[in-house]
Amino acid sequence: MTIKEISDTIDGKVICCEENLSARVEYAFASDLMSDVLTVEKENIVLITGLANLQTIRTSEMSEIGCIIIARGKKTGEEMISLAKENSMTLIECPHSMFYISGKLYKAGIKPIY
Amino acid sequence: MQFSHKIAGGDFSKAGNVASAVKKVLRQMNIDHSVSKRVVIALYEGEVNVVAHAYSGVIDVDIDETRIKITISDKGPGIADIDQAMEEGYSTASPKVRENGFGAGMGLSNMRKNSDAMRISSVPGEGTIVEITNYTKPDPEKNMIIEDLGREPFVKELR
Repeated sequence: MTIKEISDTIDGKVICCEENLSARVEYAFASDLMSDVLTVEKENIVLITGLANLQTIRTSEMSEIGCIIIARGKKTGEEMISLAKENSMTLIECPHSMFYISGKLYKAGIKPIY
Repeated sequence: MQFSHKIAGGDFSKAGNVASAVKKVLRQMNIDHSVSKRVVIALYEGEVNVVAHAYSGVIDVDIDETRIKITISDKGPGIADIDQAMEEGYSTASPKVRENGFGAGMGLSNMRKNSDAMRISSVPGEGTIVEITNYTKPDPEKNMIIEDLGREPFVKELR
């Protein structure tokens, strides 16, 4: 799926780095725990998380994650957006829960890592 | 190449700045991507540990053609039982740390997984030194070698 298709599937709102919308993604990982995210070896995955702070972006930078979905209607802050732009990461805000987003994307063919 | 960064305990807004800077340096030096990714993940976890637990810290980075050696030294409460601290799931992190997505007791074990050699020295009430070494050309046999860095006493050698 492309990042645009992912965003449309989950009623997402793309916050930054629209230039990546046509990039394709095969896998997703859902966690609020950044240490768990850091164990993910695959790259170019989508991270689904309820944690909306700078560490979400820093962790994604280290793990080379190109797209982050912020769940449960949480908002991305200015610092988050600026750091995401610096690293060319697409941020998507989504009103739904991590469970809903995961279910929708799984059904649409996005694969789990484990 | 050698350089150092100071970090302040408790300041989550800057946690990861050093790992980010090192990532850029390793990229400029054309270090193998699979190597540099492990280095920056181990370093990031170490940096978060200092921010989460210590009062202040220094990160020394030393890179040559064979290996990347990072020493993270902090002034802080130290670790009384290193074996326990290495266990996945064991954590003494505060609610503030958990709010930042850490504190699940995975930090040190993630550092171990992402380094070729790791040594920890800690004095309770004073601080902790963690050294991680990653070889620029991954070699399973070489990965077992732990250099004698001449900074005793190290109370725990890992791998």
